[in-house]
Amino acid sequence: MVAVYIIVGVVVVLLILFLIIYNGLVKRRNQVKNSWAQIDVQLKRRHDLIPNLVETAKGYMKHERETLESVTNARNLAQQLSSAGAGERAKAEGELSSVLSRLLAVVENYPDLKANQNFLALQEELASTENKISFSRQYYNDSVLRYNNQTQMFPSNIVASMTGFKASEFFEVTLAAEREAPKVSFTQ
Amino acid sequence: MLTIGMGALLLLIGYFLGLYFGSAIVGLVIAILVWSVLSLVGYFQGDSLLLTMSRAKKIKRDDHPRLYNVVEEMKIASGLEKMPNIYIIDDPALNAFATGRDPNRASVAITSGLLQKLNRDELQGVIAHEISHVKNRDVLLMAMCSILLGTIVLLAWYGSRFLIFGSMTGSRRSSSSGGGGQAQIVILVVALVFMILAPIMAQFIYFAISRKREYLADASAALYTRYPEGLASALEKLGTSTGQLKSANKATAPMYIINPFRKKGMKASDLSSTHPPISERIRILRAMAGASFNDYDQAYRQVHHGGTGVIPAASIAAGTVPLATVKLEGEAGEPNEIQRARETSDVMWRLSNYNTITCDCGAKLRVPPKFKEPRIKCPHCGRTHPV
Repeated sequence: MVAVYIIVGVVVVLLILFLIIYNGLVKRRNQVKNSWAQIDVQLKRRHDLIPNLVETAKGYMKHERETLESVTNARNLAQQLSSAGAGERAKAEGELSSVLSRLLAVVENYPDLKANQNFLALQEELASTENKISFSRQYYNDSVLRYNNQTQMFPSNIVASMTGFKASEFFEVTLAAEREAPKVSFTQ
Repeated sequence: MLTIGMGALLLLIGYFLGLYFGSAIVGLVIAILVWSVLSLVGYFQGDSLLLTMSRAKKIKRDDHPRLYNVVEEMKIASGLEKMPNIYIIDDPALNAFATGRDPNRASVAITSGLLQKLNRDELQGVIAHEISHVKNRDVLLMAMCSILLGTIVLLAWYGSRFLIFGSMTGSRRSSSSGGGGQAQIVILVVALVFMILAPIMAQFIYFAISRKREYLADASAALYTRYPEGLASALEKLGTSTGQLKSANKATAPMYIINPFRKKGMKASDLSSTHPPISERIRILRAMAGASFNDYDQAYRQVHHGGTGVIPAASIAAGTVPLATVKLEGEAGEPNEIQRARETSDVMWRLSNYNTITCDCGAKLRVPPKFKEPRIKCPHCGRTHPV
C-alpha cells in the first residue's frame, strides 16, 4: 500500500514541477514577443519626430536642400515598409539612421540653428529615440537569450520539446553599413 | 544565504526566549508575530515616507527632458513594465537613490547637485544602478532585513532583561525541576550571551547583505548600459565629493548610490559600512572585459586576487556580452557643465513655482509665487516688466 502512495506522491511532484517549468517558458516567450513589439514602438516614434525636425531645420539651412530631402524620403520609405518583412525593414531603418547622422553632422555648421531652443529639444528627443531603439533591441536580444536558455538547458528542455517551445532568433545586424555605426567626429 | 542566517538568528532568539516562558514554540511564534507586524507596517508605508523626508520634488517629462529620457531608456533596457516616478532633491550634495517595494511602483530620486555634475553617459550609469536596485527587489530585501534586524534587537533587549530579572528573583516556572539545576544555569548563560551578541552579529550580516547587493547593482548597471565606464566615471566624480547629504539617516543609507555617511579618508572595506569602497567599485568596473554578470564576477575576482565571486551563481550565464564599442549618441547637442548648472538651476526654480523673467539687460528675475504686484523692476538696469 505504501508503495502506491509513494508513486502517487512522486507523480504529483513531477506534475507540479512540469507546470512550473511550463509557466516559466510561457512567460519568457511572451516576454520575447512583447520586446519585439517594443522595438516597433520606438521605430514609429522616430518616424513621428522627423518631419518636425526637418521643418525646424529648413528655416536655417537654406543651402542643404538635398540633405533635408534625403532625410524626408528615407523616413517616408521606412514608414511605408512598417508592415513589411524584417529584412526589408531593417534595411530601411538602417538607411534612415545613416541619413539622419549625416544631417546632424551638417548641423554643426549652423550655429544659429544649434542655438535654437526648439531644435535643441528636438535633437535631444531624436538622440534619445535612437538610444531607445538600441536599448529595445538589446532587451529583445536579452529576452531571446533567456528564452533560448530555458528551451535548451536541462531540465526545462524536456518540457519545451514536449510542448513545442522552440528557440527564437536574435536580432542580428545584417546590414554591414549599420554594423559599423557612423562615428561622427565634431572636432574641427 | 546571509538573509537565511539573519532569519536563523531571529528564530534562535525566539527559541531562547521561549525557554524562559516554558515553551520554546511560544517563543518562536512570538518572534515571528512581532516580525510580521513590523513588516506589514514597513511594507505599506515604505516609499512615501522616504521621499517626503528628503523633500524630493516629482518631475514630469517637460520639466527635465534629458533626465526623463535617460530614465526611460534604462526602463527599456532593464525591462521594467512601468515608468518609475522621477524626483529631484534640492541639495548640492551628490547622491541618488531608488525606492519602491515592487518594480511597478518604483521611484528614482537624484540630487540637483549630481544632476548638474554628470554628463549623459555618467547619468545613465547612475540611473541604471538605481533601476537595477528596483528590478532586483533590493528595496524590498533591505527593508525586510532591516525589520528583521530591528526585531532581533528588540527581542534580544527584552529577552536579556527577562533572563536577568528572572534569575535574580529566583522564581522559575520551567518544566524540569530538581535534578536539572546545573543544566539550567548553563542554558541561561548561553542564552544571555546569545542575547547580547545576536544584535551585533545581525548588524554585521545586515551590512554584508547591503554590500553584496551593491555589487550586484553595479553589475546590472554595466549589463543594461553595456558601458561600465559610464558608471565608473560617475563614481569617480562622486568619490571626490565630500558633502554630506542633509536628509539621509541610518535607515535609508543602503538605498543611496554611495554611503551618505562616509567620512573623509575612510579607505578599507569597513565591516560597518553599507557600501563597498568607491575606489574598489571603480576598479572592478574598469577591469571588465565584457558587459555580462560573468564578466563582472571575473573582474571582481581579478581585483581581489582570486577567491570567491560576488554574484549569485544562479544569475551567471556562461559566456560574455560585448561592450558597446561605439557610443550611441554623439556629442552634438549635449550641454557642458556650465550649461548643465544653469539648466538645473532653472528647473529647481520652476519646480518651486517661481516665475522666471528674462530682462533685456541679461539678468534673470526670479519672481516668487506669492508676488502680488503687477509689475517688477529689474535690480540691474531698472526696466520694469509685467508679471
